[in-house]
Amino acid sequence: MTLSHFTATLVFAFFASIVFGITQRNEQREMLKYGAKCFVFFVLGTIAAGWAMWILRH
Amino acid sequence: MARDKTDVAESPTPKSAAKAQPQPITAMAVIAPAVGWLIPGAGHLIQKRWGRGLLLTLSVVAMFVLGVLMQGKVYAFNTGDILDILGFVGDLGAGGLYMVARALDIGRGAIDLATADYGTKYIIVSGLLNIISAVDAHDIAIGKKK
Repeated sequence: MTLSHFTATLVFAFFASIVFGITQRNEQREMLKYGAKCFVFFVLGTIAAGWAMWILRH
Repeated sequence: MARDKTDVAESPTPKSAAKAQPQPITAMAVIAPAVGWLIPGAGHLIQKRWGRGLLLTLSVVAMFVLGVLMQGKVYAFNTGDILDILGFVGDLGAGGLYMVARALDIGRGAIDLATADYGTKYIIVSGLLNIISAVDAHDIAIGKKK
């Protein structure tokens, strides 16, 4: 099975965010909000790190 | 203003109240994290947190299986490189999934595939997430969390 870099990031962020949301918050609504926030941070963080590496390389 | 401050000082937050009262160690406080480690999400399921338990099971198992399908490596016990040792510790967190993978001798890792390295990380992270889930199951069992 082969995933592209971006797909691998999305899948990783999705499942990790579910666990973070459930385990780090008490209320259901808070879990959803925190999970969504983690997902966005994971994805944006990866894209930012990718661009940072591209800048360092050039 | 002074009255407000007094009110705040006299009414402890739920967090500090929970800290003040020592929690009794029950059988569930020991069983839930152990079962949760062995079978991802089971620590929540035996405490009737069905939704959370199923989502945790889905997440941890999916990450582990995807890691194996991407030909990631499942680390065996080793005393070599520090990263290999840490990889073993992370993998071990997956509990029963790790034992099954080792017993079936799957997860040998393909060094010629870039995505296999992603697979290795997926497997390690699924183990680490399972440990977080088991700790959460313990927190529920002792009443620290609803």
